[in-house]
Amino acid sequence: MNPSVHTDSKPHEEGRAGSLIASLEEIQARYGYLPQKALLDLHKRTGSSLVDIYGVATFYRAFSLKPRGKHLISVCLGTACHVNRAPVVAREVERLLNVKAGETTADREFTLETVNCLGACALGPVVVVDGHYFPAVTTSRVGDILQSARVGLNNVKVETDERVFPLEVSCARCNHSLMDPTHPIDGHPSIRVTVSFDNQHGWTALSCLYGSYNVASEYEIPDDTVVNMFCPHCHAELLGGGSCMECGSPMVPMIVRSGGIVQICTRRGCLGHMLDLSGAIVH
Amino acid sequence: MIQLTINGLQASFEKGTTLLEAARFLGFPIPTLCHMEGLSPYGACRLCVVQIGDGPGAKLVSSCTYPVEEGIRVRTASSRVIRARRMIIELLLASCPQSKVIQDLASEHGVRQQRFRQEHETCILCGLCVRMCEEQMAAGAIGFRGRGEHRTIGTPFDITSEKCRQCGGCIYVCPTCQLRCTYTAPEKAICGGCANLQPPCLEKERFDDMMCFMEPCVACEIKKN
Ligand code: SF4
Ligand code: SF4
Ligand code: FES
Ligand code: FES
Repeated sequence: MNPSVHTDSKPHEEGRAGSLIASLEEIQARYGYLPQKALLDLHKRTGSSLVDIYGVATFYRAFSLKPRGKHLISVCLGTACHVNRAPVVAREVERLLNVKAGETTADREFTLETVNCLGACALGPVVVVDGHYFPAVTTSRVGDILQSARVGLNNVKVETDERVFPLEVSCARCNHSLMDPTHPIDGHPSIRVTVSFDNQHGWTALSCLYGSYNVASEYEIPDDTVVNMFCPHCHAELLGGGSCMECGSPMVPMIVRSGGIVQICTRRGCLGHMLDLSGAIVH
Repeated sequence: MIQLTINGLQASFEKGTTLLEAARFLGFPIPTLCHMEGLSPYGACRLCVVQIGDGPGAKLVSSCTYPVEEGIRVRTASSRVIRARRMIIELLLASCPQSKVIQDLASEHGVRQQRFRQEHETCILCGLCVRMCEEQMAAGAIGFRGRGEHRTIGTPFDITSEKCRQCGGCIYVCPTCQLRCTYTAPEKAICGGCANLQPPCLEKERFDDMMCFMEPCVACEIKKN
């Protein structure tokens, strides 16, 4: 075999087992879905069998073979949400958007999907719109939620919005709290980490409100810079997150005090984040 | 070589032999459905369950995928195994009553009831066709798609595959493509006709245009004469 054959392809496309998902994630991140042509190209480029590619692409919920709308609405139909009348909520969303679960509205604004448990059962019925969690949703609130999604959820006013909630996080290595009450952001203690980029090394304080993107930094971090983050206590690099669903940069995990993990994207300006409260203890 | 006990019989086998191969070598029958010589083991149907160990710690494993292990005590027909097998056949009947292969298994293993909601699936997802296509026909035209209750067999994107050379291998191995005799009561979950001493077709007036796999059928021959 000629080793130079693969030099122009990305390292994970060298046909190793397990690299397929990474390639698919990349395609999905680029187009928002998996276009047929892109999958055929992938098959030609990597030589992995089309049957396998298609099988994996249809197996995982995270992949979609149909174009998705601008806004993704996930209604949880897991057991806890189900007994809390989530099916009624799902039907109301279907009625208002005039689509069925798994479909996209004709104007490509909304894609509706149902999921089986988001790991936030105590807050059920849970609806997630573009990564924002709406707890205890009733049918009467569905209209408002859709409207706020149309307006844009990423420029919310922190004080007045119940969708954002504070998180208390600690370092995944030393378990020391990362909260810094002396430097509040959005009226709550901030999350303090050490960041380094381009020979700069200094502190950064992030808003602890889930859904707020306010940051204060010792040095100005230019947009699109991918930074390395360290725990200010044990000085270990915060590593081991997945890669960002939005841009593919590495994500940094932090332990949520009440249980679970939050991951944030390390690229300045990217809004990619993930909250996994599956281990959460609810009081 | 690996030493183990199958139904009380001590024997040793090459590393990598499966329990199914070992048991069959010793002459112990184990029913299978998704297993086929020449295709890689897949472990989908669980019909080939055997018991390892005794008492409360005993476990059931699918023998077609389980490699021989040093010192294990295997039983291929304990009461627990028989019960599990019957249950599996009953579940298969619930999804695919029209399959001759499954009906034959039912009569062979004395399954006389089907207590689940009756479906009429066309596929039990045994994966024989997929493995046949890939491993023997070297085509790789069909595969599994989707997951859970939406899992199906077919070509990528549901378009006619360029790789398929229409050899028919997939149909040949498919247990649900072999239809059962539906003469007496097509809607019944268990036909069991062939296992009866007196085939039900005997009571019918017309008998020669029915769909029956018992060929030549003694009953038909008698009637004809
Ligand atoms: S007929 Fe086509 S799909 Fe079926 S085994 Fe042959 S090549 Fe594969
Ligand atoms: S189509 Fe037939 S051979 Fe293929 S998985 Fe389904 S039942 Fe098995
Ligand atoms: S059931 Fe909806 S979040 Fe768990
Ligand atoms: S024959 Fe072993 S699981 Fe089907």
